[in-house]
Amino acid sequence: MLQYAQKRVNGIQDLEKRMNEFGYRVGTRLLELLSWREKVPKRETRVLGVLYFIHSVVWKALFNKQADSLEKSTENDDEYMISDNEPLLTRYISVPKELSQLNCNAYVAGIVEAVLDGCQFPARVTAHTVPIDGFPQRTTILIKLEKEVLQREELLK
Amino acid sequence: MSVYYFAIVGATDNPIYEADITPSSRSSTLIDISRRDDHKHLNQFITHAALDVVEEIQWTSQAMYLKSIDRFNEFFVSSFVTAGNVKLMLLHDQKSEDSIKNFFNEIYELYIKILMNPFYEKNFPITSQQFDVRVKAVARRFL
Repeated sequence: MLQYAQKRVNGIQDLEKRMNEFGYRVGTRLLELLSWREKVPKRETRVLGVLYFIHSVVWKALFNKQADSLEKSTENDDEYMISDNEPLLTRYISVPKELSQLNCNAYVAGIVEAVLDGCQFPARVTAHTVPIDGFPQRTTILIKLEKEVLQREELLK
Repeated sequence: MSVYYFAIVGATDNPIYEADITPSSRSSTLIDISRRDDHKHLNQFITHAALDVVEEIQWTSQAMYLKSIDRFNEFFVSSFVTAGNVKLMLLHDQKSEDSIKNFFNEIYELYIKILMNPFYEKNFPITSQQFDVRVKAVARRFL
């Protein structure tokens, strides 16, 4: 899939965008499927609810384990982070030095974005690599929610 | 004889699928054609107006099946919202909630199967004949 996209793009941003789009298509279907498979199908109406759903159910379905952490950013109210210490997707993808900016977990970011969009929480989702001791491949998915989502949360409280 | 109007509305408020269901008459649709023609556009209008109510209510409850949400003269509108914000709307006149709930669940399952098709994009109109046939079969069973 990566090679297919690589031939058709010119630039790293474009490649990441393509991966994001692939992930988006998967995400829309995954959301409905996973919701339906729950014992009591429920919709998520709160930000924390959706994020928790992604952090546990979606990650478990994709990688057979829950995501390693779910954090809320201290600087901005609308930023959340989901981290994975050993992203399964990029384990065997070796990125050459010229493309060191590339993060193929843009695919996973696309899946997350689609789940959020489907639940009516539009957001910008990106993937970043933040290596820490013991986990050189630790990746963080940064979720930046749109203003209207926060406004709605306030109204619903 | 009761007439039901069933519609699937996408996340962007566009109709994806519509069906007029007449459970008692299975053979020809020649009966009452004049009456149906008069009211067909009305059904769409009523359902469209009910969409606003659905949008308001969907944030107050985490359930998918929102029972009877709106009324118009003698017609009731019931709604079922899926995880991806796709609304299944049914226009009916006084029917048991249980059978409608089962109806919605079956249709939900059919819809998910359509969605899994890689050639089908979300929010596109559903043109599959098979889907149509299956929806009518489910309708005959529960309505």
